[in-house]
Amino acid sequence: MAILDKHKVIEKNATLLLVFSLLVVSIGGLVEIVPLFYLQNTIEKVEGMRPYSPLELTGRDIYIREGCYVCHSQMIRPMRDEVERYGNYSLAAESMYDHPFQWGSKRTGPDLARIGGKYSDEWHVDHLVDPQSVVPESIMPKYAFLLDREVTPEYIEDRLRTDRAVGVPYTDEMIENARADFLAQADPDSDSEGLLARYPKAQVRNFDGRPGISEMDALIAYLQMLGTLVDFSTFVPDASR
Amino acid sequence: MARKPEKKQEPETTGHSWDGIEEYNNPLPRWWLWIFYITIIWGIGYTIAYPAWPLINGATPGLLGWSTRGEVAEEIQRFKEKNAAIEARLAAADLTTLSEDPELMSYAINAGAAVFRTGCIQCHGAGGQGAVGYPNLLDDDWLWGGDIESIAYTIRNGIRNETDDARYSEMPRFGEILEEEEIDQVVNYVLAISGQEHDADLAALGAPIFEESCAACHGVDGKGDRDFGAPNLTDAIWLYGGDAETIKETVTYSRFGVMPAMGLRLSDAQVNAVAAYVHQLGGGE
Repeated sequence: MAILDKHKVIEKNATLLLVFSLLVVSIGGLVEIVPLFYLQNTIEKVEGMRPYSPLELTGRDIYIREGCYVCHSQMIRPMRDEVERYGNYSLAAESMYDHPFQWGSKRTGPDLARIGGKYSDEWHVDHLVDPQSVVPESIMPKYAFLLDREVTPEYIEDRLRTDRAVGVPYTDEMIENARADFLAQADPDSDSEGLLARYPKAQVRNFDGRPGISEMDALIAYLQMLGTLVDFSTFVPDASR
Repeated sequence: MARKPEKKQEPETTGHSWDGIEEYNNPLPRWWLWIFYITIIWGIGYTIAYPAWPLINGATPGLLGWSTRGEVAEEIQRFKEKNAAIEARLAAADLTTLSEDPELMSYAINAGAAVFRTGCIQCHGAGGQGAVGYPNLLDDDWLWGGDIESIAYTIRNGIRNETDDARYSEMPRFGEILEEEEIDQVVNYVLAISGQEHDADLAALGAPIFEESCAACHGVDGKGDRDFGAPNLTDAIWLYGGDAETIKETVTYSRFGVMPAMGLRLSDAQVNAVAAYVHQLGGGE
């Protein structure tokens, strides 16, 4: 084993040692990470996924700003108890437009991956204003101020462009109409045809039941669409996963 | 005479020498080394048995054919099959005679309690006690009917949601119809018929307004009408609150309580199970 006797060469040369160490560590990284980008079963295509509508995206930013993810995960694991409680286990594709994703390994509150449509808008308002008014045993803090904070679509085009820069397929048409779509989704009397064509299954309502568009409207618009895009009655899972 | 210390056995050295410093050769304990080798063999076996190595088109599937999705599907199927017979009976059961079948009834109540804890307690409370705006299910005061079939219908189709079969009614915003003083009068009338402290003069003025604007749904006597989900205004049970201020708010802005159509999420057997559970909580008719 002549080559093993030459280890003194690396032991005496710090730069060479560093180069070889990097090489060894990157092999481990490459083998673990690279296949995720090309293997078919990690990038399963799923019908129904679309980018977030401007109002939903704004709500999502509020969700992240308020740190909802600290207590709530958005990832139903493939286990019977979770499936029975929350619905079908989450698919990777359901997080494909999430930047950043909202998975998690710790739940203080329940998982929210399929919260959409489970409760009425009014419940969400009551619950966010004062969680203990509907769930006395809850330890969730109050978010009543969301009702008083107006949101405007001032920067929404830039927001969509930002997501497009990291790979969310927002079209020029979506960005052009972002302001209109933002306003239309919170107004039940508006012409929402364009919005629904661009963002199928988008829900158009006055989410908080009060005039104006508040952060509450945006957040509830986001919560009410979570997990509703994929139709699991027609979804056939790829078994090899 | 001092004893000579016993001479310790010197371990071998590895032969490495650096500036005159030599390195002892202390091999690892044999038991440790063997366990280490066994874990390596175990690791190789594991990657053969289970999905592991990434190739061009997919990972190696593993000899056991195990998959995360397969495992959960199998687990769910196992429970489904176990309960299939009784679930089918429950789905097809005539709810009005359910209590005559003790086995089915006991299954329904237990299954219903589990579904209730998952999907109902957020609004109706962990014990079914309700909250402001969300009805108490323990008493015998029902908005849309308290017999088991009405309860099942409400669970399946919900109230004032966007589905076609939902129970529906809409109270007008009387703030847009009546003058504020008229509202004050009718509020006092409602306080009067519910036996609360009120201004008798205002209440007297409110009586004809009530008859004209409210009686159509709440009844001439104010006892409510279940066809419209119109609550009884003469008792002490209030969904949103029975003080003058809250009643005024209700009259002025109206209320529009929504319940989702749980039939979209639950199976027929589950709907029947929850109906049976809620019906026996205390107030069922």
